[in-house]
Amino acid sequence: MKLSIWTYEGPPHVGAMRIATAMKGLHYVLHAPQGDTYADLLFTMIERRDHRPPVTYTTFQARDLGSDTATIFKDACREAYERFKPQALIVGASCTAELIQDDPGGLAAALDLSVPVIPLELPSYQRKENWGAGETFYQIVRHLAGPMERTPELSCNILGPTALGFRNRDDVTEITRILEALGISVNVCAPLGAEPKDIARLAAAHFNVVLYPEIADDAARWLERTYGQPRTKIVPMGVGATRDFVAEISTIVGRTVLTDESGLRLPWWSRSVDSTYLTGKRVFIFGDATHAVAAARISAQEMGFEVVGLGCYNREFARDLRTAAKEYGVEPLITDDYLVVEEAIAAAQPEMILGTQMERHMGKRLGVPCAVISAPVHVQDYPARYSPVMGWEGANVLFDTLIHPLVMGLEEHLLTMFRDDFEFHDHAGPSHLGGHAPTSQHEPVPVEQQAVNAANTAAANVEGAPSWHPDAEKELRKIPFFVRGKARRNTEKFAAEQGRAVIDVETLYDAKAHFAR
Amino acid sequence: MNRPFKPEGCAQAPILKERGQREVFCGLTGIIWLHRKMQDAFFLVVGSRTCAHLLQSAAGVMIFAEPRFGTAIMEEKDLAGLTDANDELDREVERLLARRPDIRQLFLVGSCPSEVIKLDLSRAAERLSERHAPHVRVLNYSGSGIETTFTEGEDACLAAMVPSHPETEASQLLIVGALPDVVEDQFLRLFRDLGIESVHCLPARRRDGTPGIGANTRYLLAQPFLNETAKALDRRGAQRIAAPFPFGEEGTTEWLHAASQAFGVSDSRFASVTDAPRARARAAVARVAETLNDKSIFFFPDSQLEIPLARFLARECGMRPVEVGAPYIHGEIMAPDLGLLPIGPVLSEGQDVDLQLDRCRAQRPDLTVCGLGLANPLEAEGLRTKWAIELVFSPVHGYEQAADLAELFARPLRRTERLAV
Repeated sequence: MKLSIWTYEGPPHVGAMRIATAMKGLHYVLHAPQGDTYADLLFTMIERRDHRPPVTYTTFQARDLGSDTATIFKDACREAYERFKPQALIVGASCTAELIQDDPGGLAAALDLSVPVIPLELPSYQRKENWGAGETFYQIVRHLAGPMERTPELSCNILGPTALGFRNRDDVTEITRILEALGISVNVCAPLGAEPKDIARLAAAHFNVVLYPEIADDAARWLERTYGQPRTKIVPMGVGATRDFVAEISTIVGRTVLTDESGLRLPWWSRSVDSTYLTGKRVFIFGDATHAVAAARISAQEMGFEVVGLGCYNREFARDLRTAAKEYGVEPLITDDYLVVEEAIAAAQPEMILGTQMERHMGKRLGVPCAVISAPVHVQDYPARYSPVMGWEGANVLFDTLIHPLVMGLEEHLLTMFRDDFEFHDHAGPSHLGGHAPTSQHEPVPVEQQAVNAANTAAANVEGAPSWHPDAEKELRKIPFFVRGKARRNTEKFAAEQGRAVIDVETLYDAKAHFAR
Repeated sequence: MNRPFKPEGCAQAPILKERGQREVFCGLTGIIWLHRKMQDAFFLVVGSRTCAHLLQSAAGVMIFAEPRFGTAIMEEKDLAGLTDANDELDREVERLLARRPDIRQLFLVGSCPSEVIKLDLSRAAERLSERHAPHVRVLNYSGSGIETTFTEGEDACLAAMVPSHPETEASQLLIVGALPDVVEDQFLRLFRDLGIESVHCLPARRRDGTPGIGANTRYLLAQPFLNETAKALDRRGAQRIAAPFPFGEEGTTEWLHAASQAFGVSDSRFASVTDAPRARARAAVARVAETLNDKSIFFFPDSQLEIPLARFLARECGMRPVEVGAPYIHGEIMAPDLGLLPIGPVLSEGQDVDLQLDRCRAQRPDLTVCGLGLANPLEAEGLRTKWAIELVFSPVHGYEQAADLAELFARPLRRTERLAV
């Protein structure tokens, strides 16, 4: 048993819903009690979908438990089949139905329906949403994809985009454009927009583009083993990764494909002098492994930031994240406990967070700006405008996304020069973000943070630790708030190493010189 | 004013009972408002990842402050042996209370999985109560979807609180049901002005405000979904004052008047206290009713507020209810409102959502009140909708909120008129 207040991922059957909702002509019969229908609103509200998710819930109640919940399932399954006339059904249990062990797969098979019925085994007490989505897609592909002749023209499938994914809609458009410019047609994009009959012809493509490994890795590996379709392993997010992705495709198809980078602006935007202020900005990155790893590469190589923290919430892809963390010299943070993430961010004292909607809230509490780069998502992550995060336009979008929360170049200098100005001070925040001023000084500090603070204070009071002279404290306050914590810690570390009992203004500047970048 | 509730209106109307897929929340959802209402309470759901995800999603946006609720998520090993689950629960509670010394009441909330594996939370609550008394009172109730529908969670919570209240012989009025603080304060002022001396609220905002209950306690339900709580109060000897629910000018007047009669308030005093706010409410509602007049409305079942709201919209705003669906209809509690609801609409109890959607599409009402899972899909079919959940998340009771309540229904209609895209 584990106390949880906010979660990064829902249960695995919500992952299955993301697949079913992304597709057309597929229906999901879910053995579940009343209340599990809440999941519909994730799709209709957050994503503004104009159709109900294609899910029938059996809605059993306590009084049914003693009698016959299996009959309720069979009736719901038959009625859903008759009403919605799907090309295929997926059937499974939510967490409660898993406990009553009615075997939805067996019950549905016994109905002898004239369409394929795909049973899902999604262990609710062990696994989570992304795994559930990946497993569901894999089962659908295994059951429906048959042997096919390859298309005469060079073609591929795009695998992985789902409902409720982070910018999946526009990523598909962007990557399709890039592939078409390379002379490669898209045979099937799945699950987003695909019908079961499209899944059946997956094997006609010459190779598979794995857009989101969390969702499509298992399915793509099976297609590789079964039908000899190579798969891409590079996720085209960021300039470098998109170029590598194109190079990977050249290798797969056995000839050099040429790409058109004329719409790409990130490189010049990043090299232009205005961006100098981005140099060495300390960023903490957390999200699903795919987006976090990509954001780290973009941050380090394409924005000139310094990655001071890197983590993901999905253990299934922890290996990729650990590899990346090693490259940036940071400790990988693999956890789905948001309190642990918040502690890590507070300790790293970054100038910006690249995270999920969860980290955006942490950033508000800690007074650190945050750009959202990964699910879990919020209605704000479904913009009306075209805004992919993959491919060339995705790189442009990410450049804008990553600089938007920051105080801009000259403004930052002015803040540094005149920090006692009554309306142009630390807590005023970036002038272009009216409602987003960091207010950490005015908001109640969360309890867990109080504990951290108390621990820090206790540590600072240990015998022999240097104390601050009031003048030095005053001088410290003139340092911009977003680097003040780091300056304080560095100075204390320096003073301790030097054996100085009192930190005066001299010590402060000695430490500054010592740690100069 | 002194209206006897004789069988009229929809009091004897047939009820269409349906059984099938329900597009409703489970009782856990009530935690979203209950944890704000009771400022020293923590709600610990003993459940699955689904429960945690529901609470997070139903809250819509995450609440910035650390919420006073959480989920003890059961894992594979908890399902293997119940002794372990109890030890685990004790450990989590221990950690929680250590971290939150401000918590004085802890609710262990049962969920579908905890009910199915028969984890006995009442024994756990007893055990933990002994351990943490007197600082913390530990109670339990079930908010599981197999036993409770949406607002029934609040009912179960309040019903669980009733036995823990002290005994009192004092003559007093108890207002039952979680109300927004602003509304509660308005009602308390009105009762004070009416001369009813001792008025308390269940739930109290803090544990030290817990009112006594006894044979001289008369209570008014402020919410229509408190069937079990009413039974628990009756068992303590308290007497229910039957009244329509305080929505709109008429409902609020009848509700206040029923209490005034029970406490011997004179008609002249009643008039002197209520005439001004009544006139204010009528005038304010009338302005909004221009948009609503003669529009048809269809209620999908959600919070059990449907019948009193349909009564308000029909009698004060001129709307035409075509179907009024409720998850449950408790005849006795609902009788005064049913008696006032004009004959006409289909009354339905329970749900088979696909069949109900078919009826809704056939009727093509001007406004459909439904849950968030149905709203956008119906809008896409050209039907205007009102999210039902907003009705339990907004101050809508009483005189001063009557026009706000009407406005919640008028806004989608006015928006349609305004948009030219």
